[in-house]
Amino acid sequence: MTMAVTVEAHELTKDYKFGFHDIDVSVFRTEKGLSPEVVAAISAHKNEPEWMLKFRLKALSHFRKRVMPSWGADLSGIDFDNIYYYVKPTEEQSRSWDDVPDSIRQTFDRLGIPEAERKFLAGVSAQYDSEVVYHSIREDLDKLGVLFGDCDTGLRDHPEIFRKYFGTVIPANDNKFAALNSAVWSGGSFVYVPKGVRVDIPLQAYFRINSDNMGQFERTLIIAEEGSYVHYIEGCTAPTYSSDSLHSAVVEIIAHKDAHVRYTTIQNWSNNVYNLVTKRAVAYEGARVEWIDGNLGSKLTMKYPSIYLMGEHAHGEVLSAAFAGEGQHQDAGSKCIHVASNTTSNVVSRSISKGGGRTSYRGHIKVHEKATGVRSSVRCDALLLDEESQSDTYPYMDIDSPDVSIGHEATVSKIGDEQIFYLMSRGLSESDATALIVNGFFEPFVKELPMEYAVELNRLLAVQMEGSVG
Amino acid sequence: MSDSARLVVEGLRARVEGKEILNGVDLVVPTGEVHALMGPNGSGKSTLAYTLLGHPNYEVTGGSASFDGTDLLPLAADERARLGMFLCFQYPTSIPGVSVVNFLRAALKAQGKEMPAREFLRTLSAVMGELKIDESFRSRYINDGFSGGEKKRMEILQLALLRPRLAVLDETDSGLDVDALRTVAEGVDRVRGTDMGVLVITHYPRILEYLRPDAVHVLHRGRVVVSGGHDLARRIEADGYDPILGAGAGTAAREGNP
Repeated sequence: MTMAVTVEAHELTKDYKFGFHDIDVSVFRTEKGLSPEVVAAISAHKNEPEWMLKFRLKALSHFRKRVMPSWGADLSGIDFDNIYYYVKPTEEQSRSWDDVPDSIRQTFDRLGIPEAERKFLAGVSAQYDSEVVYHSIREDLDKLGVLFGDCDTGLRDHPEIFRKYFGTVIPANDNKFAALNSAVWSGGSFVYVPKGVRVDIPLQAYFRINSDNMGQFERTLIIAEEGSYVHYIEGCTAPTYSSDSLHSAVVEIIAHKDAHVRYTTIQNWSNNVYNLVTKRAVAYEGARVEWIDGNLGSKLTMKYPSIYLMGEHAHGEVLSAAFAGEGQHQDAGSKCIHVASNTTSNVVSRSISKGGGRTSYRGHIKVHEKATGVRSSVRCDALLLDEESQSDTYPYMDIDSPDVSIGHEATVSKIGDEQIFYLMSRGLSESDATALIVNGFFEPFVKELPMEYAVELNRLLAVQMEGSVG
Repeated sequence: MSDSARLVVEGLRARVEGKEILNGVDLVVPTGEVHALMGPNGSGKSTLAYTLLGHPNYEVTGGSASFDGTDLLPLAADERARLGMFLCFQYPTSIPGVSVVNFLRAALKAQGKEMPAREFLRTLSAVMGELKIDESFRSRYINDGFSGGEKKRMEILQLALLRPRLAVLDETDSGLDVDALRTVAEGVDRVRGTDMGVLVITHYPRILEYLRPDAVHVLHRGRVVVSGGHDLARRIEADGYDPILGAGAGTAAREGNP
């Protein structure tokens, strides 16, 4: 047994309660930096089939060829040579928390994961650095053929399903960071819901970075067969180190005919994490895909959950909330690509900037030439809490069909003095008044969360808001 | 007199956006009494209300104001509220996304008047019933999409739940039809006990017929120029302000409330 030691990080963590880190208990890590040898070492360590090694190496060469994207946020602070691309925390994946090494288990205890699992989750996966250290699924769902594990297990145990879909929604050469993920991916979730099965309570994955200078590259693949339903929730935190970490995930969702997939994210990385994520779904006839995307943490997030509406009457929904405090840039948004007729999409984005933080909304609505009867609505509202903060909107519309109805509305506002005074005249302090107004602003997002997450989000917001008024 | 008095205002001067609006207001509202404040448009009535409640845009330039012996002027709005002061806003602002029920609980908590959830919901139901407010208002967002009358009733609902020791009603009667006015006035009448002072700012004597003021004050050019009993309000209704203030008083006053 490893002695459990958690180290409280220094004063950087004062507003971030998850900034603690454990001592390094890793059992294997690749050397710093990226090379074909490092990629091969990851693949060999995982005993992967030849095709996956080839896939990884090809992705690596894509990554090296692609220039850094310059159309958006500032990525110049990333030093690809100073990152560990693979850190394995334990020898084995556990199905019982008792088998997880003490220090790691205590981390997840502090994050409340085992408790949440007992109370309201159908399955839990917990990733620590590069590997999933614990996963479980309710027995009845297991019996119905629902698969929920990490992507490595999906590749090993369900190769026929895995290979059919892996990399089909987001090819390795899609963008520089998708290529990076494709080269060094590890962990993440593999979810398969058979035809007609409804997973009535959420599956949750929890991602934790522990090591310094760590890159986490989880890979998630969700396949919902005809008429099925699943709600997948991910949460993430990391310690506050003085040097930066990189999180670059790829999430692919396939929603078959009439399937319904909801994907909820509460991203609360510490403010030293670059969070560069590619998330994309395809929705076939009558399917419904919802991205519920909350971004509170990280130094920089670039993430634009996308939905390709491939079949008639498919519906896409992107509901996002972003909070950018001092030193943070949340560059988030959505893409809805209407390929088929009579498809609909609805985008609602709410963002708050304070203390010099910056939020950007970047959206893309595309309607293909032959798609008729398409309806899309985009609404983004930004709230600025002070003069130093910033918000910008970059909406792109690409409409090649005449038979569409598209609505777009965007507002930027400052928190109202009259609202603050109204609440203060009822006895609320200025900071409580501000927090209440901020909570209200995020309400369209929060009300879509399961109750436990709504409570947690409001609490996190309160922490972020502390000291925000003078 | 001043020992038992709750609100004591002496020579209060205040300006907003650089303009002097209050030019030395003297006013005492003792516990358990209802005082009416009348006056032509622009005489400074709403400014006095905002100044007393501590709106940061209203700058006090002279004089004093105390409540129950505590100097109000150094206190922020929330501190004044926690002393037991309350303003029924003329134009309450809306706060989208914040439900009435959550807001009311937060306000009670802030004032140390929290009650157990069940008792709170029971009390809320009872008061809403008395004020003829539909149950669905609980989950609506504060004043968001409310009609004028609904907003006024929301203010009285807060008054009834927070039970302040001094209520300032800023033209709570304006824009209400006769039935709504009666509901609102009865609501105020029900909550005022022997330990609540009420300062009613109004243009119309009708609400005073329900609230039966102990005193009526007329504010003109930022000062209380005449005080009297209930009959003063009746005289104003019959003859206007001119006989009291001198010819042209009404038109000389500044237009527009803040």
